[in-house]
Amino acid sequence: MAMDSSVKKTTLKLVLLTLAMFCFGFAMVPLYDVFCQVTGINGKTNSTPYQYQAEQVAIDDSRTITIQFVTNKNDGMGWEFYPKTTELKVHPGQFNSVIFFAHNPSKQAMVAQAIPSITPFDAADYLHKTECFCFSQQRLASGEEVDMPMRFVIDQALPKHIKKLTLSYTLFDVTP
Amino acid sequence: MSAVLEGHTTDHHHGPAKGLWRWVLTTNHKDIGTLYLWFSFAMFLFGGTLAFVIRAELFQPGLQIVEPNFFNQMTTMHGLVMVFGAVMPAFVGLANWLVPMMIGAPDMAMPRMNNWSFWILPFAFAMLSSTLLMDGGGPNFGWTFYAPLSTTYAPPSTVLFILSIHMMGISSIMGAINIIATVLNLRAPGMTLMKMPLFVWTWLITAFLLIAVMPVLAGVVTMMLMDISFGTSFFSAAGGGDPVLFQHVFWFFGHPEVYIMILPAFGVVSAIIPAFARKPLFGYTSMVYATASIAFLSFIVWAHHMFTVGMPITGELYFMYATMLIAVPTGVKVFNWITTMFKGSLTFETPMLFATAFVILFTIGGFSGLMLAIAPADFQYHDTYFVVAHFHYVLVPGAIFGIMAGIYYWLPKWTGHMYDETMGKVHFWLSFIGMNLAFFPMHFTGLAGMPRRIPDYALQFANFNMLSSVGAFLFGFTQLLFLFIVIKCIIGGKKASAKPWEGAEGLEWMLPSPAPYHTFTTPPEVK
Repeated sequence: MAMDSSVKKTTLKLVLLTLAMFCFGFAMVPLYDVFCQVTGINGKTNSTPYQYQAEQVAIDDSRTITIQFVTNKNDGMGWEFYPKTTELKVHPGQFNSVIFFAHNPSKQAMVAQAIPSITPFDAADYLHKTECFCFSQQRLASGEEVDMPMRFVIDQALPKHIKKLTLSYTLFDVTP
Repeated sequence: MSAVLEGHTTDHHHGPAKGLWRWVLTTNHKDIGTLYLWFSFAMFLFGGTLAFVIRAELFQPGLQIVEPNFFNQMTTMHGLVMVFGAVMPAFVGLANWLVPMMIGAPDMAMPRMNNWSFWILPFAFAMLSSTLLMDGGGPNFGWTFYAPLSTTYAPPSTVLFILSIHMMGISSIMGAINIIATVLNLRAPGMTLMKMPLFVWTWLITAFLLIAVMPVLAGVVTMMLMDISFGTSFFSAAGGGDPVLFQHVFWFFGHPEVYIMILPAFGVVSAIIPAFARKPLFGYTSMVYATASIAFLSFIVWAHHMFTVGMPITGELYFMYATMLIAVPTGVKVFNWITTMFKGSLTFETPMLFATAFVILFTIGGFSGLMLAIAPADFQYHDTYFVVAHFHYVLVPGAIFGIMAGIYYWLPKWTGHMYDETMGKVHFWLSFIGMNLAFFPMHFTGLAGMPRRIPDYALQFANFNMLSSVGAFLFGFTQLLFLFIVIKCIIGGKKASAKPWEGAEGLEWMLPSPAPYHTFTTPPEVK
């Protein structure tokens, strides 16, 4: 039985719809990233160095923000990894620096990647990192130790209700 | 209508071919429907056997029978086999048998593709099941296969799991395209959309859901495959991806999927209740709109499966309220079924028993769903046996009872014989008791904090778990009786008339029983 032309037309439309939905599944990946960036709901901080302007250097002495540093190691990650300072009291607009320590105790060279996350999530847009070891991968030879600096400034526009921030880093083993 | 039945004169007059090749090569919608239903029943027994292992291990606290890793494979495969192997193919089987007969079409729009969509399935499931025998075992990450459990930490057989999911998806999509093309193009003259039986309506909407979400499932397993084999980082935080993204994409498929498994059952029940109440269905139009609303809402509520993932409060609130909104169209349906029964001349033959139990027990499952939809309460219920109780109440007395009701209802039309009514009733009551005994106590163990997918549990859950296991064994073995009843009905029994149910309505009852191999080669006139 030759296929009816109306059946052919319906089928064609439905096949196109199927393909469109398959593509939509993949489109959800960038959409998700954009959505999280715009709303900041994922606690994702900037992944490239922040370019600051001169007028932003004004320090707001009237507010003191407590910022805590936490480190985690992903499953199977054998490195030592911790912040040398676990808590700082800072003013918005002030430049700060913290040292994170990493040590590779294993017998071979390893590459690691730190992934940051901030709580509360609505502070993500106001923590500007000008330098961070998380911007690139860290390669350590066997037994090597390193002090890794992280410099940041908290934006003066940080919402008033936020008085305490927790910045967490999870270290992943990405040795190829 | 009699002119229709004399189509045995012209070119399409051949009957079924002889031997096994009939089933391999067939393009007849009734043959393919039968194949789907038998395949589904085989998978139902297979999935039931896996559940048997789970319930045997949970009969007592402590580890007695299986290793934890094997237990995880059992829960995963039980879910996958029941969802993709038992429930979905059973509904496609019912659709193949009934949709053409209900709308007065000679066959499905694309009979050859129909054959193909069925025959992919046995291969997909042979491949999926074979992973259980491989080194490292089969999938052990739960039927929701959350990354990175299913990528970084998965057994090597996962790539075969992915391929089998792809094949099931292709089969479902082809089946759905076929059903939509049939319903939209092959209706008999006079069969307008708003005259179609609700079973056809619910299947039309289900088919659209399938086409919308099965490709997304294909997308998410493709991303998994790329993460596992090609070094991408869709779901790996170390490479800039995000494991939570997996859950979003999966549940964008997963939530409509649960409606795919229940909407056709709504259609079956909407055919059976009016027949045995001897009254037309109350609120036909509202039924159609309610089904469409449920389908639409199913796309915008997915994150209620992930309340504990760390969503902002606005997200929790939105998904909570949107989810609760689904209770409105569902309530309309339940109201209509009850109103159809109200003051009807009710009799309770086996199909009606299953349909009535469906209405009551599905509603219980709906209510526990509303409890789970409350975001703050869900933090307590999440991943406990309360969730297991909830979705088994909507799937077993929901989807499965709907399928069984439909099989008893249309079996005389398919075989030409009446099934054994007494045995049918015994089957119903044993299933009813077994199923409630198995799943009702899970509400209590869940609220008390027993986590799901764990082979051992604390001592205070021992009594309820033993009851659950006894109920599960009863329910499982009762299904062998169902097999016996169906075989007995195929072999012989009291001759069924063209319309064995007094109150039944629809074109399929105009055909003789058993329905001839080719029907409606000349379209009937619908007034």
